Amino acid sequence: MRRILWRITKLAALEKGRLIIAWGSLITASVLFLSVPRLVGNAVDAAVGAEGQGDSGDLVRLGLLVIGVIAARSVFNYGNLYMAEAVSQRVAYRIRNLLYDKLQHLSFAFHDREHTGNLMSKSTVDVEMTRMFVSMGLIRAGQIVLFTAGSATMMMLTDVPLALISLSFAPIIAARAIWASRRMRHMWLQTQIEMGKLTTVLQENLSGQRVVKAFGAEDHEERKFRAQNDEVFNRTFEVQKAQSFNTSLMQIVFWSASGVILWFGGRAVIEGRMTPGELTEFFLYISLLVQPIRMLGFLVNTFARAASAGERVFAVLDADSPVRDLPEAAPIGEVRGHVRFENVSFGYTSREAVRNVSFEAEPGQVTALMGAPGSGKTTLMSLLARFYDPDGGRVTIDGKDIRECQLASLRSAIGIVQQDVFLFSATVAENIAYGREDATMDDIITAARTAQIHDEIMALPEGYETVIGERGVSLSGGQRQRLSIARTLALDPPILVLDDSTSSVDAGTESGIQDAMAEVVKDRTTFIIAHRLSSIQHAGLVIVMQNGEIGEMGSPDELIESGGLFTHVTELQYATSLNGVAAVRMGSPAQRRATP
Amino acid sequence: MMMNTGGGNWMTRGQQGDIDEDGTKLYDQRVILRMLRYVGPYKFPVFLAMLAVVVYTGATVAIPLIIAIGIDRYIENGNVSGLNTLAIWFGVVLVVHYAANYTHQVLLARVSQRVIYDLRNDLFKHLQDLPMSFHNRHKVGSVMSRAQNDVYQLQEFLDIVVLSIGDLLSLSGIIAFMLVRDWQLSLLSFASLPILMVIIWVWQKHARPAFLRVRVAISQVNASLAENLDGVRVVQSMNRQRTNMGVFDGLNDRHLQTNLRAQRLASSLMPVVEMFMSFSLAATIIFGGRLVLGGTLGAGQLVQFTLYIQRFYDPIRSLTMQFTQLQRAMASGARIFDLLDTEPDLVDAPDARPMPQIQGAIRYENVSFAYEPGKFVLNDVDLDVEAGETIAFVGRTGAGKTTMAALVSRFFDVVGGRITIDGHDVRDVTRESLAKQMGIVLQEPFQFSGTILENIRYNHPEASDEKVYEAAKAVGLHDHIASLRDGYETMLEERGGNMSLGQRQLVSFARALVADPRIIVLDEATASVDTQTEQLIQQAIGKMLHGRTAIVIAHRLSTIRNADKIVVMEKGRIVELGNHAELVALGGLYAQQHELHARLAASGAKRDYAPTNEFDDEVPGLAPA
Repeated sequence: MRRILWRITKLAALEKGRLIIAWGSLITASVLFLSVPRLVGNAVDAAVGAEGQGDSGDLVRLGLLVIGVIAARSVFNYGNLYMAEAVSQRVAYRIRNLLYDKLQHLSFAFHDREHTGNLMSKSTVDVEMTRMFVSMGLIRAGQIVLFTAGSATMMMLTDVPLALISLSFAPIIAARAIWASRRMRHMWLQTQIEMGKLTTVLQENLSGQRVVKAFGAEDHEERKFRAQNDEVFNRTFEVQKAQSFNTSLMQIVFWSASGVILWFGGRAVIEGRMTPGELTEFFLYISLLVQPIRMLGFLVNTFARAASAGERVFAVLDADSPVRDLPEAAPIGEVRGHVRFENVSFGYTSREAVRNVSFEAEPGQVTALMGAPGSGKTTLMSLLARFYDPDGGRVTIDGKDIRECQLASLRSAIGIVQQDVFLFSATVAENIAYGREDATMDDIITAARTAQIHDEIMALPEGYETVIGERGVSLSGGQRQRLSIARTLALDPPILVLDDSTSSVDAGTESGIQDAMAEVVKDRTTFIIAHRLSSIQHAGLVIVMQNGEIGEMGSPDELIESGGLFTHVTELQYATSLNGVAAVRMGSPAQRRATP
Repeated sequence: MMMNTGGGNWMTRGQQGDIDEDGTKLYDQRVILRMLRYVGPYKFPVFLAMLAVVVYTGATVAIPLIIAIGIDRYIENGNVSGLNTLAIWFGVVLVVHYAANYTHQVLLARVSQRVIYDLRNDLFKHLQDLPMSFHNRHKVGSVMSRAQNDVYQLQEFLDIVVLSIGDLLSLSGIIAFMLVRDWQLSLLSFASLPILMVIIWVWQKHARPAFLRVRVAISQVNASLAENLDGVRVVQSMNRQRTNMGVFDGLNDRHLQTNLRAQRLASSLMPVVEMFMSFSLAATIIFGGRLVLGGTLGAGQLVQFTLYIQRFYDPIRSLTMQFTQLQRAMASGARIFDLLDTEPDLVDAPDARPMPQIQGAIRYENVSFAYEPGKFVLNDVDLDVEAGETIAFVGRTGAGKTTMAALVSRFFDVVGGRITIDGHDVRDVTRESLAKQMGIVLQEPFQFSGTILENIRYNHPEASDEKVYEAAKAVGLHDHIASLRDGYETMLEERGGNMSLGQRQLVSFARALVADPRIIVLDEATASVDTQTEQLIQQAIGKMLHGRTAIVIAHRLSTIRNADKIVVMEKGRIVELGNHAELVALGGLYAQQHELHARLAASGAKRDYAPTNEFDDEVPGLAPA
């Protein structure tokens, strides 16, 4: 815990100037704060005339002094409040940037493991907790110490026995505040767990709404929700009860202290050991302590939460990415596109994905990868772009081991149309130019035309300037795929990978894409992962993957000859042919167009 | 609607979630009135709480008073025994103070939690009543945000109300008491108060938009991060890290700047409040002190006044911080009530009768349907399904297969024509009685979190354990379940874990069997499963379809071949209809495809099912995500 808090402190220390201002103004404000009760006490004495004679001139002087002191105090208080925030916000800013950059560089293996939701909560909730520690723990906590020590000293200076009696409750209340906030935190966690269950009920209900409605299970669902809602209510109410109990108790303890002061202090005044003004000071000093001691419990929580939040944040920042540039890595240079897999093996944490795969793709060749889902096709392509490093064997491009090339240069050489299309909330044009910011409008349109999406883009309300994604226009699966193809084509990469990228495109459009692609694939090395025979007709090499190994490999003709390829494809495609109607076709493009 | 902070980076444009579309109203009568309606049932506890608040206020005012009396009456005169008696009174007041404080807080907390509880239940119930078309239109996430964030905002608001009510009342109590006690000194002490009020009013006008901008800015930061995480694979393969970092840094920095500006504003109010407190304090010292000197005011009363002033400014300070919460609560409330006011347009007709025991004859008569006005996905479809028949729909994506099935369950109402079951128009019977006799198995099996037993028994609590076991046996799942450590009490995990995809499918089948529906809708799964599970699924389908009318969106060859009728659909119309042999003989589209396949298969495909990559996704959101 101490190590983590120390690391946060070091981050805060980068704001040295602001920290010093914050602390300086905190100390000054506290000292001024502590002088106010003394002034008021003096005023009371001046009014009562403790030494026999009251003086109205003294009163005016003291009144003005109060205004002056509080004015000065409020300026310093402002400085302290603002600087505490400013320092902490700057620390949060820094951590957010660090996290963002780290996360976008961590390898796929990391992102396979960590869900977006989880990472988001680290970068929001945990960063906020860490920030709170900086403003509360590193700066404002000082106030508690200064106030407590200051009030105690001032009271001691006036009357030691009464000070001891008045302050006797402070340790008790402090201990109780700490204990209570720990307990409350535990109760809140329980409440949050119940709340989480309620959320799950709701979420499942909404995403399974079709099942709910089909089964006529609305009443059943309502009962389920109500029962969990009851739990949430009970827990929340319990917490609030405990909270009410605590706040009421705190208030009363402080008032009791006033009662004690009245009683003991009153006697002291009667016996002449104390002036009425000093008595007033005691009342005021005690009330000064209310806030800081209440805050103590909160502060203890801040420390504990910052420690665990910081731990999670630093775990990400410290995460080691196996896929990164070697010190001696060089740019890949001009790529001809000669790709070799040599005895490549790779496993994800939970399962082995590819075993001893060796093949060679000549520059300019189209290589088709086929096989059942999970047979390792996509994995091979991920290894080619070095999203993962192989466990065994090696991948070379133009004879260079890709691990010896600079990652950025390697990936610029490979354009991948991924299976799961992800588009950004941006305009169509920005999406197509995503990987190539210098792309001109002509480049964008050319790419869109090749991907057979240009006409549909023009039909959108604002053409290429239409915003798509979450809040924008939503596109069909086929349109998304084609946009993703266009985005990759805009890169004009020497090596092109199409991962099942026309699965949602209807057959007519697909053949259009293929005709257009015939031109595109000519002078680059292309890999196509596909299920339809039509998609692979340009292939010079077909690799059929089976359980992570190469089942069959050869030219399409060879494989048709041996019967193996047909076995595979027909297994895959009977119902596809019925449901996708004209999806499975062989023959030349001309013949294909003749098919209704 | 959301505030536009100008510029807007394209990375996050249009990304702000619902929670950020805060209005700027501090007081929305419609929302307050609706909230009050929820408080209505709890009049009595609220009344009790108010009594407690009054007592609490009395005690709060009394404590400085006792101190004043102690000083003026006893300490000044050296009356020790009087001081002792007063100390006892002090104790009594403290006990009352504590009891009243605790009571009013607990009572109000209870009421506010009840209100939230009722609101949540109403929301949930309403969501169940809303038709499928609503659920298709609205993303789960945005509905969740209403039910969670917006309700949470209201809860926060109520929490503040609970905590502030005592403060506010004691504030007015103090003012009233001081005025009664010495109106001249009070007026002097609080002379500056109206000015402070004006300042606070002006301040909040500036502060609220500032805080709103902070929230917009942070949500842009988060949206940008979330998008980068979701798209990290694209980002890395396209080498966009550097550009994206620049974009993110811009957003992050803008948030920092807006935040610091808001913090400057927030911190600036504190010195102002303090200055006004110092004016009050100085006025009390100077003028009160003079009165004491003149003998018209006791020293104790002077102390009392200074204590009041101390107490007085604390609530003012904390309340000014709550403006933004108030504003958020109003916006959230408006959104929640908007949702609650959405009319469920697919409701039972007033004279709807319960559906009698279904035999299973389904008729589509001139059925037309459109999800969006004018965009017809079904055109004048006529189809007769006899009781007990299995009917298979085939056709390409978007042909209308899923819609045909969905209309029988009355997820939507037809736009033209009608659908009858055993001669009853589905719109003339109650939805519940219809749904109870229908079963559905989705392409992607949907599980609720809970035990296997609960999942199979879903919605049929009356089904005995034995019946559940039987269903599991019928689909060939019993042995696997029995082999699990906790057997039927095993919790189903969200993704995989103890059950494979195929086994999950079997759980859905078992669930449908327990429900024992008269009509079953089956959206056949095409996910690749191991051979053994595949066989189990085939057998289970056979068992399930036996003796019921079945509508199958078919992907498996065996289902298609064995169907009593195969309906080939294209562009919202039925283009061919008949059994396998008839359609092959017909020589149309089906025959063409079949022949093509047969030719391809000539080289020896043995297996007759097909993992396909063509999912039917014509109805967005209908299939579980």
